[in-house]
Amino acid sequence: MTPNSQNKVREDFREILRLVRPGSRVLDVGCGEGALLDLLSHEKQVDGRGLEISASGVAACMARGLSVVQGDADLDLDHFPDRSFDYAVLSQTLQATRHPRHVLDELLRIADRAIVSFPNFGHWRVRWSLLSRGRMPETKALPMPWWSTPNIHLCTLADFLALTAELNLRVDACAAFAGAGPARPMNPASALENWRAETCLFMLSRNGATTQGKSSGKELPLVSGDLFDG
Amino acid sequence: MAALDLVTPAGGGTWRFPANEPLRLDSGAMLEGLEIGYQTYGALNADKSNAVLICHALTGDQYVASPHPTTGKPGWWLRMIGPGKPLDPARHFIICTNVIGGCMGSTGPASINPATGKVYGLAFPVITIPDMVRAQAMLVSALGIETLFAVIGGSMGGMQAQQWAVDYPERLFSAVVLASASRHSAQNIAFHEVGRQAIMADPDWRGGAYAEHGVQPGKGLAVARMAAHITYLSEPALQRKFGRELKRDGLSWGFDADFQVESYLRHQGASFVDRFDANSYLYITRATDYFDIAASHGGVLAKAFTGARDVRFCVLSFTSDWLYPTAESRHLVRALTAAGARAAFAEIESDKGHDAFLLDEPVMDAALAGFLSSAERDRGLI
Repeated sequence: MTPNSQNKVREDFREILRLVRPGSRVLDVGCGEGALLDLLSHEKQVDGRGLEISASGVAACMARGLSVVQGDADLDLDHFPDRSFDYAVLSQTLQATRHPRHVLDELLRIADRAIVSFPNFGHWRVRWSLLSRGRMPETKALPMPWWSTPNIHLCTLADFLALTAELNLRVDACAAFAGAGPARPMNPASALENWRAETCLFMLSRNGATTQGKSSGKELPLVSGDLFDG
Repeated sequence: MAALDLVTPAGGGTWRFPANEPLRLDSGAMLEGLEIGYQTYGALNADKSNAVLICHALTGDQYVASPHPTTGKPGWWLRMIGPGKPLDPARHFIICTNVIGGCMGSTGPASINPATGKVYGLAFPVITIPDMVRAQAMLVSALGIETLFAVIGGSMGGMQAQQWAVDYPERLFSAVVLASASRHSAQNIAFHEVGRQAIMADPDWRGGAYAEHGVQPGKGLAVARMAAHITYLSEPALQRKFGRELKRDGLSWGFDADFQVESYLRHQGASFVDRFDANSYLYITRATDYFDIAASHGGVLAKAFTGARDVRFCVLSFTSDWLYPTAESRHLVRALTAAGARAAFAEIESDKGHDAFLLDEPVMDAALAGFLSSAERDRGLI
């Protein structure tokens, strides 16, 4: 949760809530205290499971009645069967994994769709911070100093897109966020977005994969606007 | 007795099965005239959907929430059972049975062998965890219950809870496995072997026929308990509790119990002898040593749980438990995940060792209470 909101739903959660089909099976990797899973199970009646590395997070999830397993995204995704979920969510965690490429690949083995969000290291504030100070960037989206940040594999939007191309993944939907503001549709192909988008959220599937549920199969417009609503 | 009860047992005693309903054992033997000692708390609802089976650990018994008839000590899990607790007799029908092979009312090596009219002793067949569970399932059926809302157990009780999910997944809504493992490790077997050797080295063991001679291998059983007791605690817990504290001023320059920890262990050993049968200890430790769920499923643990996809699992381990360390629980959870079962798992920070599951661990309480109440909602109980 963002510090200023007790009842307010995080904007990226709101966007995920919008993308996920009701009644689907969702794995939240790095689910923290289960806020998103709770929201998804109450508002979208999903069959939710979680993976969380911290004992306190897992205990909080269990106290809320969520099926969450203590484990590490780098090590424990291997144990999930193929296509056992409709969606695998990785919210603001990819950059903290040891093997982001493997994790992303695993998400799309386990689930038909991966919903991934990450801070864009190509954002102009990050670039400006490095350029002007000559030190590792510290911004609102990346507030911690280099020696204490859990983010060990930061990437830019362009880097991320290059990886999705390498893994032959298709972008089904994407959105950008700034601060705690609402989601904004974006066109990831536009070079400008790599400067503008502070945080990016993608819904991905495997090219050529037959996904269950509603997939039009044709080339999807690269804006979040009217996809998969409800 | 009732005045002492914090939770009044609603029922219990000894259930005796007729001779035409023998218990088929994994060893191939049949146990006729099977008796099961049990206690119940609360009432079965009209749907028969609120029954909870609690499985006790190695040397536990059915007196989970009422005073022990021999020691007079309060029930061993009153922390979890009672008004307003996660298991509440006002809502749940709670059953706890003495395992077969035990010595608190269920058929075991101290029972009379109907074939000879004498105490079984070593003529009692070797039993397994699946045998214990099969006997429990017979009792649960005899009580008119088709499906259990939950099976809950710690340590050896957790083995039984797992076995229930393997053998009777359709009769189970949820399973709670605390501080347990899906197989006994070499170290687990090794410690049990020390205990068994201590018993068998006691001259009063008499080849297991001590009852006939009117004696008891108390010294051997006490040593077995002392060794085992160390494995239930953690090094920091022992250090915190006793350190190098002496029992009295100065050393005795002999082999009396100089140190508090020695005195404590001697007490643990001596009091155990009053309430436990030495042969039962041999049989029950053997059952846990033989326990290996994967072995009967092609060596793949996940295969054992493919029938249990609809069972809700809660698995908890403790950081300082070196008897059934977290790696064992994680092994189980990975298998459950691979089988597609619904599993919740947490490793709880505690320095209390294996016994933490019986002790004051608020994080465990909250996790367990949350798990059970959400399962109750899904089951339509609340």
